[in-house]
Amino acid sequence: MTLTRRMILAAASALAIAPVAASAQDTIKVGEINHYKRMAAFAEPYRKGIELALEEINADGGVLDTELEFVFRDDQGDPAEAIRIAEELMTREGAVMLTGSILSNVGLALSSFAAEKDYLYLAAEPLADSLVWGSGNPNTFRLRASTWIQAAMLAEEAAKTDAVKYATIAPNYAYGQDAVAAFKENLTRLKPDVEFVAEQWPALFNIDAGAEVQAIERSKPDAIFNVTFGTDLARLVREGGDRGLFDGRDVYGLLTGEPEYLDPLGDEAPEGWFVTGYPWYGFEDGTPEKAFVDAYMDYSGETPKIGSLVGYLTAYSIAAAIEEAGSTETEALIEAFEGLEIPDTPIGTLSYREIDNQSTMGAYVGTLALEDGAGVMVDWEYKTPDGYMPSDEEIMEMRPAD
Amino acid sequence: MAFFFAQLLTGLANASSLFLVASGLSLIFGVTRIVNFAHGSFYMLGAFIGVTLMEVLPGHFGFWGSILLTGLAVGLIGAIVEIVVLRPIYRAPELFQLVATFGVILVIQDLTLMIWGAEDRLGPRAPGLRGIWRIFGEPVPKYDIVLIAMTPFILFGLWYLITRTRLGVLVRAATQDREMVGALGVNQAWLFTGVFALGSALAGWGGALQLPKGGADLLMDFNIIGTIFVIVVIGGMGSLPGAFIAAVLISVLNVLGVTYLPSSTLVLMFVVMAVVLIIRPYGLLGREEVAGEHGQVGAPETPIRPYGRLGQAVIAGLLVLMALLPLVADQFLLILTIDMIVFALFAASLHFILGTGGLVSFGHAAFFGGGAYAAALLVYHFDTPMEIAFLFAPLAAGLLALGIGWFCIRLTGVYFAMLTLAFSQLVWSLAYQWRAVTRGDDGLISIWPTDWLSGTVPYYYFTLILGVGGILFLRHVIHAPFGYALRAGRDSPRQAEAMGIDVKRIQFAAFALAGVMAGLAGGMFVFSKGSVFPTELEIAASFDALIVVFLGGVKTLAGGVVGAGFMTVVEDWLTRLEYWRLLLGLVIIAVVIIAPEGIVGSIRSAWARYRGTGDEEVAK
Repeated sequence: MTLTRRMILAAASALAIAPVAASAQDTIKVGEINHYKRMAAFAEPYRKGIELALEEINADGGVLDTELEFVFRDDQGDPAEAIRIAEELMTREGAVMLTGSILSNVGLALSSFAAEKDYLYLAAEPLADSLVWGSGNPNTFRLRASTWIQAAMLAEEAAKTDAVKYATIAPNYAYGQDAVAAFKENLTRLKPDVEFVAEQWPALFNIDAGAEVQAIERSKPDAIFNVTFGTDLARLVREGGDRGLFDGRDVYGLLTGEPEYLDPLGDEAPEGWFVTGYPWYGFEDGTPEKAFVDAYMDYSGETPKIGSLVGYLTAYSIAAAIEEAGSTETEALIEAFEGLEIPDTPIGTLSYREIDNQSTMGAYVGTLALEDGAGVMVDWEYKTPDGYMPSDEEIMEMRPAD
Repeated sequence: MAFFFAQLLTGLANASSLFLVASGLSLIFGVTRIVNFAHGSFYMLGAFIGVTLMEVLPGHFGFWGSILLTGLAVGLIGAIVEIVVLRPIYRAPELFQLVATFGVILVIQDLTLMIWGAEDRLGPRAPGLRGIWRIFGEPVPKYDIVLIAMTPFILFGLWYLITRTRLGVLVRAATQDREMVGALGVNQAWLFTGVFALGSALAGWGGALQLPKGGADLLMDFNIIGTIFVIVVIGGMGSLPGAFIAAVLISVLNVLGVTYLPSSTLVLMFVVMAVVLIIRPYGLLGREEVAGEHGQVGAPETPIRPYGRLGQAVIAGLLVLMALLPLVADQFLLILTIDMIVFALFAASLHFILGTGGLVSFGHAAFFGGGAYAAALLVYHFDTPMEIAFLFAPLAAGLLALGIGWFCIRLTGVYFAMLTLAFSQLVWSLAYQWRAVTRGDDGLISIWPTDWLSGTVPYYYFTLILGVGGILFLRHVIHAPFGYALRAGRDSPRQAEAMGIDVKRIQFAAFALAGVMAGLAGGMFVFSKGSVFPTELEIAASFDALIVVFLGGVKTLAGGVVGAGFMTVVEDWLTRLEYWRLLLGLVIIAVVIIAPEGIVGSIRSAWARYRGTGDEEVAK
């Protein structure tokens, strides 16, 4: 009983503690909301990337001669929870802007919230195209290359082959559906005679791999487009490899080359797949890409993931925007983000397009191979989104309120 | 034909691991009547422990030895959980253990993350069983064949254990009538512990055996638990042959679904479960539950009566404080309070059918989310003014409740709960997959209130008036003749029928009313957040409400509301910490053990003891 009472008291006191934003700003705070528990494998490297960047930025004097600080909060992967935390970060913690989220739905919720309350939100990881196009708004910017861009890069490669009959397999939710639609549209445009003979939609993280492989095999495709990732990918690769599904077929894998998904496959990584990913092991000494990899490994003692790079670029984007704005007012920050250019990032110059608030971060594409019992990307290249984007008119058409 | 045969083999291979896990759950439920939601966690532990052991032990012996050891280890963990967490609360209200198992899920999730880290593990291959055999020209993985070959032995082993050993006799006796077993001098406590350990071990074996086909990851506990419950319910709770038939049925149908209807993967098994339950209300091989078998552990409950003058004064004082809150509070505190009121109304609506009606719904989020979606769809597609769209939230949720209730109300107990779960999954999948209308999990966004309500303070008053109004309305219904009739139907359906109360009709109406109120909460929710996503319709959302009702106290008036307030604050407070799931799980378990009547119920008992009055006493 006493414990219960104590807990109620503690809970009550938690409510009562209402530290209204410290008026004397000793740091510039950025609110970072993510699914640290629900997607721990992806969120942790991202967070370390941010922390590395913050260390560098603050060692260099911070922004506007003030220390830059990120306030990290866990939203349990729940959009409603994320919005409540966002409100708290902005009104109580004194954050000057919001960033974070890996899941697209949380990103979209935060984006809509930012537009309504007139805050600034930088979507770092979410891939949904609608974030900057169909549901885009002036208060939301996005860093990573979207689903459309990455699918278009794979479609371009696929169009070079003789394959005409394609099967697709994608998790049954918005991201998977968007990715398949984007791949189909781009491939059909480049090569009108292609035919899609099977579309498989396993439940996210609950794939019945044996059955999916049998179903694809039954349709006898020339090539396969894969969007599954995480545990689904591991099961698909294993069953498909055993049953010979990939023998003599071209396979295009969206995100399959990202260390987050490739590393757990170990020596069963599927050789010969053409994928988007992050070949951190392949950078040459003296390049900014390699410098980042070294710094990250020094800092965290781990090999980098794509999330590490995204986190790093997120922090640098925000720092650059604050410097450019010369203030931490939302209006000035939004203006600074429009057309912002950040030279000398690990991927070269990074800028934010004025037309749709999307950054110019591209993607690495390459072919999977096995080296020393681990999957790696070989013959890779870094592609900027130029040439894969829809035309400006099409984008203006899609963006509702600008 | 060869292809069809190969598909059948794939289905059977999947069934073997599922059957192992499901048989454990079924055993545990049959004997202890615990709806063990932590069963998926034992499955996950089995996978992680199995991976670790297989890395240490080499070769054939290492692989199969690891699997054997994994089951023993997980069984031991299960026994510890049973002794520490569940044994103290067997006398608590029925299904209260469910809340405790939810706490166990949270604790195991965080401990697993601490021990094994975040990265997914690919399962090791079974030595010598990599690759395929060709059967009628179709490739079939060797390990699949081994799994299929093992299943009859597992089934036989369990059958032997249950029908031919003393332990089995005791288990069957306890499944039939556990009080009688106790009366005959069997140490029930150790029987329960033993069965729980055996059930956990089966889950652990299931987790280890699937390793060569998959691996270990931190989401596998939630991913399997839905499937397992579906299998156990379709088979009939407590029936091992039923679980086996259902595992095969679901697995084979899944394989066929993948091939011939690829987008059906999300809902197929819930459709099957709904159909089975509508035709056979106790599953394929389950038996009808004898009335009163589960409920009413301990002393008969004193009727809930309206608060006395003191209670009313306290509530009135609290309401005045809440009305004055915007004068002193900052914006975030108001928003937190809005969330709390919305959640409290949602929980109160569930509490109404659960506490007063005795109907445990596992799918109440369908009405909360359904209401939210109804309003959001009108705004999103037709630019309906908020004032009108908002009215549609309770209306649509009420209609949905009428539709779902019509099917569910004829069932009782756990089967009722599982059918509501099946329907809520259907609603969820509609929101998730019908992208042309609902935008799928991209959700409906920019659903903000109309201008005069767009400030935080006006919306706060809007929520306060409607939320508190809704809660008070439910309270009045409980004390109206309708509420008394509902309660009579819960405590003694036969006598109630004899008095001329149409129990099913009353329950049907109560179910619809609860739906309306949940829909109202959903409407308030969507305009406060500006967006709605299928997450609001998920099983987890239903369980959030269920848990706070139990935490607050089922057999009390304010249980739902107090539980919701408690949970909102504790969660908001704990999620700031690194291992908040561990702490939240421990808090839930602590509340469950210390306050088995729920927070409100325990305070009431303590108050009654302190006053020394007999009339409000809740006897132990």
